[in-house]
Amino acid sequence: MTTITRPTPAAKVADVPTPRRRSTARRLRRALANVVALIAAAGWVFPVYWMLNSSVLPQREVRSREPSFVPAGGTLDSYRRVFETDFLNSLRLSATVTVLTVALTLAAAFLAALAVTRFRFAGRKGFILTVLIVQMVPVEALFISQFKMLEGWQLLNTVTGLTLLYVGVVVPFTIWMLRGFVNGVPVELEEAAMIDGCSRLKAFVKVTLPLLAPGLVASGIYAFILAWNEFVMALVIMNRPETQTLPVWLRTFIQANRASDWGAVMAGATLLAIPVVIFFLFVQHRMTSGLVAGAVKG
Amino acid sequence: MSAATPVSTSAVPTGGRPPITAARRRRRPMPYLLLIPATGFLVLALGYPLIRQVVMSFQEYGLAQQFGQPAEWTGIDNFSRLLSDSYFWLIVARSILFCLVNAGLTMVGGISLALLMTRISTPVRLVLQVALLLAWAMPHLASLTVWQWLFDTNYGVVNYALTNWLGLDFDNHAWLIQPLSFYFVATVVICWMSVPFVAFAVYAALTQVPGDVLEAGEIDGANGWQRFRLITVPLIKPVLLIVGLLQIIWDLKVFTQIFVLQDAGGITRDTHLIGTYVYQLGIKEGNFGLAAAASGIILVLTVGVGFHYVRLLVRQEDEL
Repeated sequence: MTTITRPTPAAKVADVPTPRRRSTARRLRRALANVVALIAAAGWVFPVYWMLNSSVLPQREVRSREPSFVPAGGTLDSYRRVFETDFLNSLRLSATVTVLTVALTLAAAFLAALAVTRFRFAGRKGFILTVLIVQMVPVEALFISQFKMLEGWQLLNTVTGLTLLYVGVVVPFTIWMLRGFVNGVPVELEEAAMIDGCSRLKAFVKVTLPLLAPGLVASGIYAFILAWNEFVMALVIMNRPETQTLPVWLRTFIQANRASDWGAVMAGATLLAIPVVIFFLFVQHRMTSGLVAGAVKG
Repeated sequence: MSAATPVSTSAVPTGGRPPITAARRRRRPMPYLLLIPATGFLVLALGYPLIRQVVMSFQEYGLAQQFGQPAEWTGIDNFSRLLSDSYFWLIVARSILFCLVNAGLTMVGGISLALLMTRISTPVRLVLQVALLLAWAMPHLASLTVWQWLFDTNYGVVNYALTNWLGLDFDNHAWLIQPLSFYFVATVVICWMSVPFVAFAVYAALTQVPGDVLEAGEIDGANGWQRFRLITVPLIKPVLLIVGLLQIIWDLKVFTQIFVLQDAGGITRDTHLIGTYVYQLGIKEGNFGLAAAASGIILVLTVGVGFHYVRLLVRQEDEL
């Protein structure tokens, strides 16, 4: 992640040599800023630390009036108790839905991104605008009729039903993201290959596709994170205990153990978080720039 | 990972505008064929439910219809029932207030941290960025779980710290029972989750502010606040607007945070925001017509704000 630590022009301003009598004041101010920043960092990281800490403490130390701030004598016992529930069943379900969502989203969004970048056709602009506006439609305002729809099609509590909704939600932003990547590969490259005797398809597969790989990976991770984390639709659509995705499973797990076993609950939360946190680190920069689009010419 | 963003590359000349060749003109149906899968998913997952929701909001669609009775057209009955219910107005007012407070605090927090990042040494900045990134990356359900644990009545570390370190009487204090205290916890959680995105986006914008302009301002005698207000803010205004609109959209439709905290001990009637109220009306009480009408109101609010966001987003692009 080299991008987040780039020295900034604005920061350089502070480094410009100044008259000596002001430099002590400057150094003091910078030291103060550093301290404030470290306190903020501690504040933001503490809940994450606390989750990990509580998940490896022995049960009696979690349930104690004196909290243990360091996991001395750490144990994986809480994780064992998680695996004794139907965690694995939910994990399997979540993994299935996520993989299907990623695959279908990438395929559909990729074709659409090609259409809007490589072709001029009537309705092209309208399609892009529709996609952007549709992306604004909140799930929170639509789950009532999505529930009725899937109920009517006998798709409640099915992987098919949930995946269908997820792809619909993820596809708009993915098209927008991929569109930027495809735009970045000059058509001239493809055309050069065609002059050299490649067919259009072959030119595309041999020249453009490899250059798009990073874009596809980033979009795939974005779809992965969304499908893995999604809670509202999963809550409404998957309402049977045996068809809960991981976030919904975690909710019932909290309800059952809130009073008795916070250690296991924290272990469950950790297991939910680990894959997402790892993948997120790879796409953070692209998510930021995708959401604010051209406003940041990075 | 390169610093180039997907959008910035669209500035490459001719990248987005293929020359129209004879071969391409002959393949006119091609782009439409390519759009079929994406359009199909959008229509099935969003378009059809949207239409159905509008229809349903004009129908009597309750438990009787669940058991097979045909839905009856009732015109604007659902809407007039909602709009004449003072509790519904209370919830709308609550939601809007909650949204503005949260979006405002998130923006202030994010901008402050972004400014702070331009003023600190590189190792410290890296530490702060990693901390923010971790908080941002956490799945909402995992974060909410941890925050419930932090604010737990009996063994929560917040009560412990307030009681033992600050000498306040927070022993066995139940945070979620009082509505105001409930919203305080929800606000803390939401700010913790959303500040990192604002901080990163604004920081990225701040790094684009040319140093010499700020220097010139300093030579001309502008103090720090004046330089920020008169030079930096106008330059990063597009980013501030877009990020601010996103916060408003996200906080208007807030559901998960409120829903999970209600589970943890909030009194639902006193703490409903519009999203959880829709869930209660529809999924819990089976009153789908009324719920559809209420969601219509969230939809109008968020898409109204979202429209501005899209306009800004498109204006930033040289061409679509």
